[in-house]
Amino acid sequence: MSAPNSAYPDTPGTPERPQRHEWPLWEVFIRGQHGMSHRHVGSLHAPDAEMAIKNARDVYTRRNEGVSIWVVEAAHIAASSPSEKGPLYEPSESKVYRHPTFFDIPDDVGAM
Amino acid sequence: MYAQMVKSEAADDSAEAQAFQARIDAGDKIEPKDWMPAGYRKTLIRQIGQHAHSEIVGQLPEGNWVTRAPTLERKAILLAKVQDEAGHGLYLYCAAETLGVSRDELTEMLLDGRMKYSSIFNYPTLTWADMGAVGWLVDGAAIMNQVPLQRTSYGPYSRAMIRICKEESFHQRQGYDIMMKMAGGTEAQKKMAQDALNRFWYPSLMMFGPSDKDSVHSTQSMAWKIKMNTNDELRQKFVDQTVPQAEYLGLTVPDPDLTWNEEKGGYDFSEPDWSEFYDVLKGNGPCNTERLADRNKAWDDGKWVRDGLLAHAEKRAARKVAAE
Repeated sequence: MSAPNSAYPDTPGTPERPQRHEWPLWEVFIRGQHGMSHRHVGSLHAPDAEMAIKNARDVYTRRNEGVSIWVVEAAHIAASSPSEKGPLYEPSESKVYRHPTFFDIPDDVGAM
Repeated sequence: MYAQMVKSEAADDSAEAQAFQARIDAGDKIEPKDWMPAGYRKTLIRQIGQHAHSEIVGQLPEGNWVTRAPTLERKAILLAKVQDEAGHGLYLYCAAETLGVSRDELTEMLLDGRMKYSSIFNYPTLTWADMGAVGWLVDGAAIMNQVPLQRTSYGPYSRAMIRICKEESFHQRQGYDIMMKMAGGTEAQKKMAQDALNRFWYPSLMMFGPSDKDSVHSTQSMAWKIKMNTNDELRQKFVDQTVPQAEYLGLTVPDPDLTWNEEKGGYDFSEPDWSEFYDVLKGNGPCNTERLADRNKAWDDGKWVRDGLLAHAEKRAARKVAAE
């Protein structure tokens, strides 16, 4: 397995397209009201974490979507590589017995 | 439709490109780090970018009325709507950024005219009834296009569309609510509502773009599932949906040739003046110069804020490193 890398395609600066000095990109995670875990909702630009949370409030919770916000700089996210999809998930594909429907329980036994 | 006349790049016929097309045909979603043809990437950047710019520039004709809304409630509603448009622009910019273009790069391409926004926002909003017509017709036309795009092949674009569609229905309904009030008001108010419909009808039909049933760009985009319907299909659907709504208001659609066609189960209607459309795209609409000047001014005036906040963040980060 190669080293994990960023969640975005690499876009290094080139002579025609210089790397810009802009606010970093943050990924935003929101937890709703019903006991679910934080869920990725999108991204935004902000100079620092504090501003990222304030901006996330304005951009992603205009209709009571959340009660908690996490932000993390996109550059700090390590992501699996799509080309490894096969080998990475193959071990779980062959283990059908991990699913309850693998086992036949007679109707007489009742709900289980 | 917020993205108009988006030129599609040609597909290549490499083995990878064929495998990619097979994934799309099978209904797979394409994600940022997946292999994709250069043409697919380029076309999407163009299309999503133009859509994002339209949301941002689209704030201007409505922002025009925020301080002059007839009641405090209407003002609060309009403000919320304009804020949503900014949000929609941001969802779309972040979808475009997953394709390897930077936010500032997209902004600069809008500001120097290399990228376009929808022709509709180059028309002025002259009266309060225009706020009704914009919500009802312009957002109505946008919804026609955006609902099917929720099923587009590119994951981040599809997710942005789902969020936008959830919020867009409020926009159309608040517009229609304004129209109901105006159309049911005094003679002068009703006249104002009719005048707004007269001015926004054809520009709204133009939003879908000229007929593309024979266009190669359109065929490629549809194969890639970044365009789900032809422009004519969407325009027909829009007319069929909107005419009864106008009748309910007691207003007249400004098209003497508008007739119900029993056989096709839809209305026959007049085409907009396409030479006007091309002229507006070229920059000669009533408000092109003003809109771009306003965006440029906002960007230039905001420079000290962007720089200042960045300098502050860098100083604090350096102090934190020094303390550790």
